[in-house]
Amino acid sequence: MSTIKTHYNRRSFLKISAASGGGMLLGFSFLAGCKADVVAEQIKTKALPKNWFDMNAFLKIGENGLVTILSPNPEIGQNVKTSMPMLIAEELDVNWEDVVVEQAGFDKNKYERQVAGGSQSIRHGWTSLRTAGATARRMLLEAAAQKLEVPVDELRTENGIISHKNSDKTISYGEVASVASQIEIPEEVQLKDPKDFKIIGQGIKNVDGQKIVTGQPLFGLDYKRDGMLIAMIEHPPAFGMKLKSVDDSKAKTMSGIKGVYTIDTSSLSEQRPTIFAFSEVVAVVGNSTWEVLQAKKALNIEWEKANTLEDSATHSQEMDKFLANKNIEAKRKDGNPSKAFKDASKIIERVYTAPFLAHNTLEPMNFFADVSSEKADLVGPIQTPQWASGMVADALGMDVENVSIDMTRQGGGFGRRLYGHFVVEAALISKAAQSPIKLIYTREDDMSYGVYRPAYKVKYRAAINDKNEMTAFHVSGVGAHGGPVWENRFPAGAVEHYLAEDQSIETVVSTGAWRAPKSNFIAGAEQAFLDEVAEAIGKDPIDFRLELFEKAKANPVGEENDYDAERYAGVLKMVREKSGWDNQKSGVHRGVAAYYCHNSYVAQVVDIIEKNGKPAIQKVWSAVDCGIVVNPEGAKNQIEGGLIDGIGHAMYSAMSFKDGVPQQKNFNTYNLIRHMDAPMEIETHFVDNGIDPTGLGEPGLPPVMGALANALYKATGKRFYDQPFAQNKELLG
Amino acid sequence: MAEFTINLNGKSTKVDVAPNTPLLWVLRDHLDLVGTKYGCGIAQCGACTVHIDDIAMRACTLPISQISEQKITTIEGLSENGTHPVQKAWLEHDVAQCGYCQTGQIMTAAAFLKDNANPSDDEIARAMNGNICRCGTYTRIKAAVKTAAKNQ
Repeated sequence: MSTIKTHYNRRSFLKISAASGGGMLLGFSFLAGCKADVVAEQIKTKALPKNWFDMNAFLKIGENGLVTILSPNPEIGQNVKTSMPMLIAEELDVNWEDVVVEQAGFDKNKYERQVAGGSQSIRHGWTSLRTAGATARRMLLEAAAQKLEVPVDELRTENGIISHKNSDKTISYGEVASVASQIEIPEEVQLKDPKDFKIIGQGIKNVDGQKIVTGQPLFGLDYKRDGMLIAMIEHPPAFGMKLKSVDDSKAKTMSGIKGVYTIDTSSLSEQRPTIFAFSEVVAVVGNSTWEVLQAKKALNIEWEKANTLEDSATHSQEMDKFLANKNIEAKRKDGNPSKAFKDASKIIERVYTAPFLAHNTLEPMNFFADVSSEKADLVGPIQTPQWASGMVADALGMDVENVSIDMTRQGGGFGRRLYGHFVVEAALISKAAQSPIKLIYTREDDMSYGVYRPAYKVKYRAAINDKNEMTAFHVSGVGAHGGPVWENRFPAGAVEHYLAEDQSIETVVSTGAWRAPKSNFIAGAEQAFLDEVAEAIGKDPIDFRLELFEKAKANPVGEENDYDAERYAGVLKMVREKSGWDNQKSGVHRGVAAYYCHNSYVAQVVDIIEKNGKPAIQKVWSAVDCGIVVNPEGAKNQIEGGLIDGIGHAMYSAMSFKDGVPQQKNFNTYNLIRHMDAPMEIETHFVDNGIDPTGLGEPGLPPVMGALANALYKATGKRFYDQPFAQNKELLG
Repeated sequence: MAEFTINLNGKSTKVDVAPNTPLLWVLRDHLDLVGTKYGCGIAQCGACTVHIDDIAMRACTLPISQISEQKITTIEGLSENGTHPVQKAWLEHDVAQCGYCQTGQIMTAAAFLKDNANPSDDEIARAMNGNICRCGTYTRIKAAVKTAAKNQ
């Protein structure tokens, strides 16, 4: 048990007075579930209560003991709408069957860090969300002590029932909720010992599961309000172009069309030009999606060149020039790498590359906006509601307090919905059209107006001495709007002579974070390179890495090493044992990799067999150390999805540019992994160490790219350096 | 605009739309049935899968004027309260991550299992290959289809 000062997160406990005027009705809005009967379907144990009593910003309790938990963070498929409420319910000490979850709207006064990004929701919420549950539990206990006229420390709770130790008196949470909601917030509360957890550690199913499989309205694209019109945009067809003139004479007269508007988004492009590429877009507004689509095609727009019109080939040449540069400032240097390379008996040098990638959330960008002169009311899928509300306020010249954002469930994020230019566009279109609108991007708009994962190159060199030891390691990376190198990550700290360099090329193509930024490329390159070094030295790739971790643990080089060597080695040892690595099977070609990012450690083994004359992935094994696993079922799902995403993008996906024009605009030319390419089987194991939990949305993706490359080498005898690997015809099934 | 009478989820339903309007937008914009999703608009991703006389079809490229008497089933009409064996299997395997593609996946799987009650892993992968899951829930989808096959 640990005692937590509640002022740790005081802002989260702004007390709202109890629902004296009849309470809040569940199911009153779209975001609470659209239809009361749909919400009621979720409730297995109790009827809807007549009144809800607000305990704090995260939870309200009905007079019959039903609990509504507000999940603060955006749900993009990382399952926080289930796992974050689990933390609250655990400390509240209720039966999970009595819990209904609602998505909280954006409210910076009530909640902290309402962001879906960096795999940080559970890590940041671990103490504050449990404190919210424990605080409410304490208030319920104090209310029960008053009602039962017994000392509070003689009371205990279990599954929403408070009982008195020395008598048979019991009272339910529902019966004391009204009184409890008026009690002073305690200054400190006690949190459970992890060994007493009843909900944390259980495989709790997705709280929206029933609505998802029955097609209920959940997503931004499903949102509808009376009087709402549909809006679509045309953006410049190339990066480096801008609007010259619009002839909307035909479009304006078409059936169902309300108007065509030029939308000035320069407040975005001027402030963050590397992310927001376009200063103007053209919007069509009308009654229905199909009518707007037809009018969009009938627009006659002239675009003009405003900047360089770039090609992928020139991006590549530019990066080669940077890599050839001999005078790069080191980001980190240990020992004397140049001497070690001079003294080496063997040097291995390899270059790895990867293209730009689009995020391609299956639900394209969209947002609802209803803007008047007084306020902006916004609803939709966004990973960063706080940032978006500020940008909207700027663009409208409105006080940010008058901008409200509610989040729907989000049909994927992967970083794309961090960048809410589409929220700003929706607000400006609503203002121009003087109507509530829902902005919808077509797939083509979405893919060709990206905030892409940058193209990268990295050169690795390793020096091997006459005793067959790796004495020096040199990594030199380059990327668009920032290079891919994390200079303090492994093998920094494990090699005597170490040099890390990182450079950046400029581009007019907009770039941003894409699931596991930088790691989504560098992990695969580094782990494939280490595989080659191990082979050159004549060591098993796991043994080779474990020896490096031993060195990093016993005698680390430098002080800024950004990993725990013991936990890193731990996942490798676990994957070795679980996959039966030491008993190689004939006909199964295996590759291994391990990586640390977003505070979690993942090691993976990819097994490839030959099927119909081509390599096919039979199985992927993962060993994961993310500390305490909050929801084992959801956690496994994240690792499975992450590794399929990693395999898919390493194998199949690429975005290229010609004269600034994105060459892939839909799924007929942009390849995503499909059922037939997916691993036939996945097995995932978690380290059980009781350490406070860290995130899982991203860490499952990066290492698998390396494990895949290493397994492909075993299967084909060929090393693959350039993503997507399937550009090599022999790999296509 | 023209008036069409369609046989939708067991009910005769009237809509007044342009004849070339794809069924997807008729469902979503005019009938408030939003379980059928927009993903690509060119029949590449499968998010908009519906049944036309029990055959899985892409609603995004199917003009309303091409449908006459055929029986249209959407995810909302697949079962009462999500009790179809495929929907139940999806819940049992906790398949969804973001969930956006899953109604399309379920519709493809339900039509497939009508034709092939006891499919092999390869047959499942082939049948489901037209449905993209960007979150990568493919192994869970396969497991759910097998469970549904067993339970139907």
